Amino acid sequence: MRKMKTSLAALAVGLMAQGALAGDVRVMWYSDGVEGAVIKDLLDRFMAENPDVNVILDEVPYSVVQEQLQVQLEAGQGPDIARVTNIKALADHWLDLTPHVADPDYWRENFGAQADWMRPDGSDAITGFMTQITLVGGFANKTLFEQAGVEMPGAGATWDDWVEASARVMESQGTVAAFAVDRSGHRISGPNISYGGVYIGDDGMPAPVNDGTKDFVGKLVDWTEQGLHLKDVWVSASGSTYRAAADDFINAQLPFYYSGSWQIANLSTKIGDLFDWVATGSPCGTAGCSGLQGGAALVAIKYTENAEEVGKVMDYLAQEDVVREFSERTLFLPGHKGVNAKGGLNWDTEDPNVGAALDTFVAAAADVLPEAQRLPAWKWGSAYYGALVTRISQVMAGELALDEAWARIDSDIAEQVEAAQ
Amino acid sequence: MAARLKQMAGAAAVAPLALLARALDPPLRAVQRVAGQGGMITFFLVPNMAIFGIFVLLPLCINFVYSMTAGPELFLAQRDWVGGAQYAKLLDCEDYTRPATCDEDLFWTAVWNTARFVLVQVTLLVVCATVTALILNRELRARGFWRAVFFFPVLLSPVVVGLIWRWILQRDGILNAAMLDLGLDPVNWLIERGWAFAATVGVTIWAHLGFYALILLAGLQAIPRDLYEAAEMDGTRPARVFWRITLPLLMPNLLVVIVLALIRAVQVFDEAFVLTGGGPGTATLYMTQYIYEVGFASLLKNPGLAAAASILMGGVLVVLTLLQLGLGRRGELKGKAR
Repeated sequence: MRKMKTSLAALAVGLMAQGALAGDVRVMWYSDGVEGAVIKDLLDRFMAENPDVNVILDEVPYSVVQEQLQVQLEAGQGPDIARVTNIKALADHWLDLTPHVADPDYWRENFGAQADWMRPDGSDAITGFMTQITLVGGFANKTLFEQAGVEMPGAGATWDDWVEASARVMESQGTVAAFAVDRSGHRISGPNISYGGVYIGDDGMPAPVNDGTKDFVGKLVDWTEQGLHLKDVWVSASGSTYRAAADDFINAQLPFYYSGSWQIANLSTKIGDLFDWVATGSPCGTAGCSGLQGGAALVAIKYTENAEEVGKVMDYLAQEDVVREFSERTLFLPGHKGVNAKGGLNWDTEDPNVGAALDTFVAAAADVLPEAQRLPAWKWGSAYYGALVTRISQVMAGELALDEAWARIDSDIAEQVEAAQ
Repeated sequence: MAARLKQMAGAAAVAPLALLARALDPPLRAVQRVAGQGGMITFFLVPNMAIFGIFVLLPLCINFVYSMTAGPELFLAQRDWVGGAQYAKLLDCEDYTRPATCDEDLFWTAVWNTARFVLVQVTLLVVCATVTALILNRELRARGFWRAVFFFPVLLSPVVVGLIWRWILQRDGILNAAMLDLGLDPVNWLIERGWAFAATVGVTIWAHLGFYALILLAGLQAIPRDLYEAAEMDGTRPARVFWRITLPLLMPNLLVVIVLALIRAVQVFDEAFVLTGGGPGTATLYMTQYIYEVGFASLLKNPGLAAAASILMGGVLVVLTLLQLGLGRRGELKGKAR
């Protein structure tokens, strides 16, 4: 199956990499939830209005975007437009849309806040826009807390408060763990920074792991050893493989789950009315209560042979009413300044948990610390995240001591930076 | 009448081939006139060698050149030539038996995990396949059915095998549910280091046993029956029959099985990756997964290092294969000498 899938993916990638016909715009798109159907609908409408442009939507698994798109780009090929999360590291491959969009100032005005996330350092290019802004944060199973008779920690509660309360729920309700954090370097970076973690050195290069990061990671390892943090998620893979703990939360096996705003649609769809859940924002550390922003961007690829058509498609998808509709239907936080300023998004759901959760994440965005705000536009974020995950899971699995892990994380990052330069 | 019809049908089936042979005859004769009789061997080998060269040798050479370069670029011309630096990095170690003392500790962790896996898995696989073949070679009721049962997992793709066993062995999987029903404490099979390793060994044996048992079964059926009849008349004990007749005559097939199982075990990836993802920690991180992660799955990929690791792994495979073939040849020569 795997071999067949790989072969088909390779074939698809090969076909995608073929030279485009005049008027063809190929879009590589992955989906977390329902956004594939929504974008297809929007693109169909675009083609009805622009019969001279033929948009081909290639819906692929996320792994294809992560593992194969870069290979295509390095070969000077690839789709014309792609939805990506590894936005900064591949920024050299994005097309500057400035001469191809109708009104560059509209783009600068509405998407300028995240423009640096997706262009090379020092550039003023317009390369795309965020299809969604995400924010790392927590979710609590309200029903489990109520059944356990444990009061949910309120605003300003620390990580210790949340873990302590969740542990009482765990004991009372017999869940497998008190809480879980997704296996991802991006996910633990908000909490690290909340404890004073600093990733970016004065010279803009990766800084050695500091006491703030060590404080939170040390706590996380302790909580794992005590059986409070769900060990399975972090030790169930090696390397920097991503693992989410969403299924355990959905199965009511976790009172508290630390993930991010992109899970809202997933939780709503799968939990339904089985139990009540709430978004909590990020618990506090010693330096703040920071999450970490991120998201998926739609970027134009500079190897396109149809830049004018690409500009038209991007212009259409970046329109305020289109962004608004996309966000309302996908339950994603928009990255469009005008849409956010006007507010009043009419979320396309009957689930009462969703609106409240999205509001919580919007409010939590104000708590993001300056160090965390710099990370999405920082070229070496991926190197830092990968090294953290790889080594911390080894510590949790009992293979490394924390002191050894710090040294390894620093050397891993240095080697990755050297290899990438 | 029936025989004549059969003969006509046979002639009709062969006719197109005969026609083709006749059509090819003049050009082949022309080639033979130019190349000579000896040259025809080359002529017939060239197409196969060309395919082998383009799809095996050339990528191998390119991979070797990659291993001498560094950087994220894909095109060789854009990559920095670093000579043996990637190999030096992989081999930089204070104590090879302690990966933590190595520069690239995950590589050596993967090497030792793979070595341990090969030793345990190949040994158990060969023993189990031999026992299975011996049983399936007996006059069993519904023998065809049992042969199919053992061969069936071979037909499944490795990812399906991994997923099936993951559903069985995961924390809230079928096995733990059954244990709970029986009043036993559940075990986190894929999170405990020892169990996770055992799971990768067990699952790969389950998946490939049928294939190797089939090879051995063919070998068993080729052993002349009269040898067993003679042994029976002499009153030879079954164990002695096995050690003195079955095993020596099965040895050529057994060697094939060992070589194939060894190569397959060194390359282990699919089932183990789906089952454990290399975890817990790095307990089941094997060589191929290490190469895959460094070269393809990491956020910042390092194709040069991955290429160097794959060349080293390829070297080990070549040595093992040559060793096994050498042993096999020596066995054959001994057999002839007797």
